[in-house]
Amino acid sequence: MTEPTMKAPRKAVRPVKWMRENLFSGWFNTVLTLGVAYLLVTSVGPLLNWFFLDANFVGSDPSACTGAGACWVFINQRLNFFIYGFYPDELQWRVNVMFLLLAVAFVPQFIERFPGRKWLGIFGIFGLPVVGYFLIPGGSFGLEAVESSKWGGLMLTLVLAYIGIIASLPIGILLALGRRSEMPIIRGISVVFIEVWRAVPLITVLFMASVMLPLFLPEGVNIEKLARALIGITLWQSAYMAEVVRGGLQAIPRGQYEAASALGLGYWRRMGLVILPQALKMVIPGIVNTFIALFKDTTLVLIIGLLDVLGTVQSTVSDPTWQNVATEGYVFVAFCFWVFCFGISRYSQKLERKLDTGHKT
Amino acid sequence: MKQQRIDAGPAGPVPWYDPRVRSLFFQAIAIALVFWGGWVLVDNTLSNMESRGISTGFGFLNKTAGFGIIMNLVPYDATMSYGRTFWVGLTNTLLVSAMGVVTATILGFIIGVARLSSNWLVARMALVYIEVIRNIPLLLQIFFWYFAVLRNLPSPRQSLDVGGILFLNNRGLYLPGPMPQEGFGIVWGGILLAIAAVVGIRIRARKRQLATGQIFPAFRVGLAILVFVPVVSFLVAGRPLEWDLPVLRGFNFGGGITIIPELAALWIALSLYTASFIAEIVRSGILSVSKGQTEASRALGLPNGLTLRLVVIPQAMRVIIPPLTSQYLNLVKNSSLATAIGYPDLVAVFMGTTLNQTGQAVEVVAITMAVYLTISLLISLFMNIYNRAVAIKER
Repeated sequence: MTEPTMKAPRKAVRPVKWMRENLFSGWFNTVLTLGVAYLLVTSVGPLLNWFFLDANFVGSDPSACTGAGACWVFINQRLNFFIYGFYPDELQWRVNVMFLLLAVAFVPQFIERFPGRKWLGIFGIFGLPVVGYFLIPGGSFGLEAVESSKWGGLMLTLVLAYIGIIASLPIGILLALGRRSEMPIIRGISVVFIEVWRAVPLITVLFMASVMLPLFLPEGVNIEKLARALIGITLWQSAYMAEVVRGGLQAIPRGQYEAASALGLGYWRRMGLVILPQALKMVIPGIVNTFIALFKDTTLVLIIGLLDVLGTVQSTVSDPTWQNVATEGYVFVAFCFWVFCFGISRYSQKLERKLDTGHKT
Repeated sequence: MKQQRIDAGPAGPVPWYDPRVRSLFFQAIAIALVFWGGWVLVDNTLSNMESRGISTGFGFLNKTAGFGIIMNLVPYDATMSYGRTFWVGLTNTLLVSAMGVVTATILGFIIGVARLSSNWLVARMALVYIEVIRNIPLLLQIFFWYFAVLRNLPSPRQSLDVGGILFLNNRGLYLPGPMPQEGFGIVWGGILLAIAAVVGIRIRARKRQLATGQIFPAFRVGLAILVFVPVVSFLVAGRPLEWDLPVLRGFNFGGGITIIPELAALWIALSLYTASFIAEIVRSGILSVSKGQTEASRALGLPNGLTLRLVVIPQAMRVIIPPLTSQYLNLVKNSSLATAIGYPDLVAVFMGTTLNQTGQAVEVVAITMAVYLTISLLISLFMNIYNRAVAIKER
């Protein structure tokens, strides 16, 4: 015989009050609101028209683009090229397998309480490069070889960013340890290395890798363009990585170093077992942020003639069969990058909040 | 009873367990490795260059370049030397960097403040701007402005025309160029006088405020002087300024000042991209000033504007300046993306054309990298000096 409980009073949501407080408080805010609203209304309409209402989606050649809006047919038709470059059609399943494995390894990282996500992450960092090393170029296990000059598009972008980050991590850690070392000469070498690479733009590094690297090597030794670009990117990125890791090393309280020494551990065990596990955990958001920066910077390889996703689009928009599709192509690439970068940056912010266990003073 | 001998001296560690010996040993190894690596590289490079017939040394800097450059701030034509192409490239890089730094700072501060606005709509729009722009590669944005926007402008004959003095077409933006006539020196004198007066007034006002607490409206008075004195001297001198208007001649415009589309695209993209990062820096800087500071300043009776100027901004700047300088540095480095659209900056001219023509990769790459290294070291030097100046003086 419970008494009919009274409903809680409806929560006072008063749109008018909210608007008065947040949009129309004072004449200045009112003017601002009206101005911004006017701009929004006048620009959203034409944009919507261009993107969707006047746009053409289906068709197979430029003649299908009759509307005044975007010609998405273009993206549709060349999508294969934008994703795989010149990778042979019948072998693209290998790239797809890698895409799938990447997704399996890293998408669960966004989902808390996903069973075994830590192991998937570890596989993504250590196992995936090995799988990719055999799968994508082929040439072993009965897989047909695909020269790196045929790689391109989104796939190449991911290869560059992924290898760049994975390979620069260990070098970066060593450099950071070197910079914090008590031996003046080791410290000096690390500081010079880090500061020189950080001071020069990536383009000069890529130019150097493509022009000067062949000169540095003994005669007869020749490495392909992609590998040269990767060496340049890795060296350049490892300097940035070193600074991120150094931030973590500095944040570890002195007591941890002293306690590890008091246990009688040697330098490498002190670092490997006590300091680095804590420091690296602390700088995961920083590493993710440098990854985003590197991911965006991989577009620069088109300047030395590699066809990454922007490179493939850039080379097709100048194709005379398609008239004036530059904007469509750029919007497509921008969308690809934006989805990746925005998603990852959200992840890193979430991680930052989670890892912030109040150690910072 | 056996007496233990304790006078054998402290049993020092065996040499190879002595930390000092070890550290010396490892450093010696490191030096040896670096020198060995350097020697191998130099040796390989020298033998490679010899077998390819590449000459060495900096003698090429005095040879005739023989190629044209579409934009030069220092006098240049194709008969000049490769050394001159270096200066053309460097000045072009510095020009676009300086323009970018100014606009990115202004835009970044506006957006950063807008992000904290109490106006919901404005704050949202600022957020959307930041999240969209900074997650799209800069090179893509440069391409967009250059290939999709500026190159699709009408041709010179149909150019957009603002009052017959300003023309915009796919060859660039044409502005009237000021041509100082005889007697313009008086105007320069007036400008210098005004600046000196303003500085003097500021110093006096500050002294008086510290001594008596009275506030002199130095800003308004200064602004008035800055506008008034040059204008009067301009009129007194008899308006010694003429404008060189751009005119359509044949297929293109002549006269006036031209901003080539390559420069414009790079400038717009660099400013917009860097502004999105600066906005976040400004936001976090302002948020880092604790609310107590604002409240205390209000309690002292300072009006809103003075609270902002004397209490909040100086403290926010301390947080803002270091990351801001690193953004400036990024902007300077990113200006090298000019290569991709053909703006003749240092990398495009010197590391591009000059390197291709001379083939002297080592020298050219070394010079270019040295330039960027110098710029970066100078900027971090200034930052350190500034940091020392504004650091909290703890007693």
